Amino acid sequence: MTIPTPTAQPGLWSATAMIAAIVLLSTAGEVLTAATMKSIGDLDEIRVHSGMKGAIRAVLTCPLFFAGVSFLALAFFSLLFALNHLNLSLVAPASASLTLVTNAIAGKIFLKENVDRRRWTAAVLVCIGVYLLAH
Amino acid sequence: MAHAKLLPRQYLILGLVAVCAPLGDSCLSRGMTSLPAISLAHPVTLVAAVFTPWIVVGIALLIGFFASYLTALSWADLTFVLPATAFGNVIVALLSRFWLHEAISLERWAGIVLITLGVGFVAQGPSLTEKPAPVAEQEQAQ
Repeated sequence: MTIPTPTAQPGLWSATAMIAAIVLLSTAGEVLTAATMKSIGDLDEIRVHSGMKGAIRAVLTCPLFFAGVSFLALAFFSLLFALNHLNLSLVAPASASLTLVTNAIAGKIFLKENVDRRRWTAAVLVCIGVYLLAH
Repeated sequence: MAHAKLLPRQYLILGLVAVCAPLGDSCLSRGMTSLPAISLAHPVTLVAAVFTPWIVVGIALLIGFFASYLTALSWADLTFVLPATAFGNVIVALLSRFWLHEAISLERWAGIVLITLGVGFVAQGPSLTEKPAPVAEQEQAQ
C-alpha cells in the first residue's frame, strides 16, 4: 500500500507563514497553560489528597486554563493545515523547536523562569538544528 | 511540593510527553496527507477532517500527551519541560522515514542530532526555578 505524501510543496514564504502561525499560537497557549499549572501547584500531590477528580477539578476551575487551551486549539488547526501542505519531517521538528526558543523568551519575560546559560545554549543548538532541518 | 531533582515517576511522565506527541503528530500527518488539499477558502473541510480515523487516533494520543504535559508543568518549568521532551523529534524522524517513507537528508539528520544535543544540555539542569520564600515565611523559619 502506498502512503500518500503532499504532492505540490508550497513556496518558502507560505511554508514560513504556516510554521510561524503554529509557533506563535503554541507559545501563547503553552505560556498560559504553564501559568495555570504554576498557580495550581503539584498535580500529583493534589491527586494524593483529593483523588483524580480533585486534580481534574483543580485544572478545570481555573479560567486561565481555558485561555491557554483556546490558543492551543488554534495552534492545532494551524498544524492540521500545515500538515496538509508540508511534510511531517519538516513541520513537526521545525514548529516544535522554534516553539522551544519562543517559549524560552516568553518563559523568562512572563513566567519569570530562570532561563540560564544552559537553557540559552540549548536554544542556540536548536536554532542551528532547525536551520539544518529546513534544508 | 516541587522537586529540583526529578523522581522516577516524573521521568516517566516526561517520557510519555515525548512519545505521545510524535506518535500523535504522525497519525495526524498520515490522516491529513490522505485527504485532498484543503484551502483556506473552505475551512469547514478542516473541521470535517477531525472525524477521520487516523485523525481520531492522533487526537487520542495528543490527549494523552496533554494530560502528561499538564502534570509535568505542575512540578517543572516550561523552559525545562519542552526541551527535555524534544527527543520526540528523533521519534518523528524515525517514523517519517520508516512509516511514512519520507526522504530525510543528511542535513536533516544533523539538525535532529543538534536539537537532541541541545535538549540534553537543558535536561541536566534544575527542573524548577527556585523562587525566594516570602519575607513572612523567612522570619518564621528563623
